[in-house]
Amino acid sequence: MSTENKEREPLFSAKNLKLLKEPLNISNPITVQVLGICSALAVTAKLKPAIVMALSVVVVMAVSNVVISLLRNGLPPRIRIIVQLVVIATMVILVNEVLEAFLFDVSRQLSVFIGLIITNCIIMGRLEAFAMGNKPWPALLDGIGNAMGYGVILIIVAFFRELLGSGTLMDYQVVPQSFYEFGYQNNGFMILSPMALITVGVIIWVQRYKNRELIEDN
Amino acid sequence: MKALRNFLDNQKPHFKEGGKFEKLHSMFDAVETLLFVPDTVTRKGSHIRDAIDMKRTMIVVFIALLPALFFGMWNIGNLHYLSAGESSTLWNNIWYGFLKMLPILIVSYGVGLGLEIIFAQIRHHEVNEGFFVSGLLIPMIVPPEIPLWQLAIAVAFAVIFGKEVFGGTGMNIVNPALLARAFLFFAYPGDISGDKVWIADKADAFSGATPLGNALVGKFENLPSVYDMFMGFIPGSNGETSTLFILIGAVILLATGIGNWRIMFTVFAGGYIMGLLFNLWGENAYMDLPAHYHMIMGGFAFGAVFMATDPVTATQTKKGMYIYGFLIGMIAILIRVFNPAYPEGMMLAILLMNVFAPLIDHYVIEGNIKKRLKRLKTVTS
Repeated sequence: MSTENKEREPLFSAKNLKLLKEPLNISNPITVQVLGICSALAVTAKLKPAIVMALSVVVVMAVSNVVISLLRNGLPPRIRIIVQLVVIATMVILVNEVLEAFLFDVSRQLSVFIGLIITNCIIMGRLEAFAMGNKPWPALLDGIGNAMGYGVILIIVAFFRELLGSGTLMDYQVVPQSFYEFGYQNNGFMILSPMALITVGVIIWVQRYKNRELIEDN
Repeated sequence: MKALRNFLDNQKPHFKEGGKFEKLHSMFDAVETLLFVPDTVTRKGSHIRDAIDMKRTMIVVFIALLPALFFGMWNIGNLHYLSAGESSTLWNNIWYGFLKMLPILIVSYGVGLGLEIIFAQIRHHEVNEGFFVSGLLIPMIVPPEIPLWQLAIAVAFAVIFGKEVFGGTGMNIVNPALLARAFLFFAYPGDISGDKVWIADKADAFSGATPLGNALVGKFENLPSVYDMFMGFIPGSNGETSTLFILIGAVILLATGIGNWRIMFTVFAGGYIMGLLFNLWGENAYMDLPAHYHMIMGGFAFGAVFMATDPVTATQTKKGMYIYGFLIGMIAILIRVFNPAYPEGMMLAILLMNVFAPLIDHYVIEGNIKKRLKRLKTVTS
């Protein structure tokens, strides 16, 4: 995807917009590439941590994509992975510090999973596959797009898990009290991680049902 | 009979391609094959067919379940009147239990068959008998007081995620009936565990603890006698309390060759041996429990006879069946004795081994291939 001879490409050209949009649907990191599943299972029991997690990944990914893209020409291939890791780790530590300073409760809830963004294969994958070979602006868009694709799935999963598992959204009770008086109960299974996997499965099912080209032939 | 046949033949064109009810053809097909033997003839491939098709298999399992089902109804009534301190007759008991079971049966079949039909319509499949037995198994392994809306969700979950996502009847990895129960167990634990749920409209003063519940909290002096547990005069899920009536079902299954004796036998053997091993170890009172107690408490017998032998989810190779059954028995007792969170290990043991069944088969087949290759080499060399 070299863009050397197109000097005056507009900032939001169709190609650049595609970088932003495609990961949201037809090349979604979670539902199509099936990457970053662990954290999707771990932090989605409640909506709030999921949103914070999604935003953290957006920041980490966008910045590291740009940094690696800027460094790409001066980076000796043999040590590129280690440099990428250093960049990601720096960003993750910064995000973690910010969360601890301003959103201490959520940061406690997310505990180790913010730190584990370092190992999120989506980020490494995009750095290797895209930032190493593209200019900073497309790299920024690609980073934001992929992180958003990841975040959207996280938020959808967390929405259903919190709604059905705890009867709340963002810790506000949304299932009316009268339901409980009629004998309704929260579904304890939704809070356990197997149901996160099944919820992701349902999203994949719905997406493929709507988008037939995603179905593999076999 | 003739009039019925004529009626169906008259209606048939409406459901054929181009007819006005074309979309409902799988419904029609289901009704027709339920009433009459299909007249379709094999056109290519093998022409030899066994008389025993899926419908016949399912009916035999259904019949084998009936003794335990009727005993379960009687037991619901009996325990209810016992806890209330009233005397009752045989028919009173059965009638009370029948009224308790009826809504559960209706919800189980209604939701399950409804979803099966919807999926069959969407996929243009035939509606098949896959849910016939599951729909009866599910009411038998839940407590009599199960809230019906929870049951409906559990059945829907089991049919959709246990069966239809894998491609429908015969393609499922785990047993749908047990999946429904596992769903209830993890989603709404308050209504499927503890001492309060096993007797319909229990009077508060009466202890409703199941033998397993008693054993779990160490009240071994409260365990019923062996005779009571074997006959099934104990609180428990609707259809699984009576080992005697389950064994009658087992005899039906074995005599007709529907149930697999290898699996049934090895599940009991595995459980018994595990019980004996724990007796040898003897570190706490639960481990000292006589091994045969494990066979008659909780859902062990029901699981061994009706759940583990499900031909779709069990292993297919003979050697694999021994391994599969034996491990189910062992793991069930292991969970019972060691895990304080799960009083009954049978459900989880069977679900676990369901998942491992293809792996066991794979290694048995690989082993056989290797053995024969070796034999071939020694002959040729």
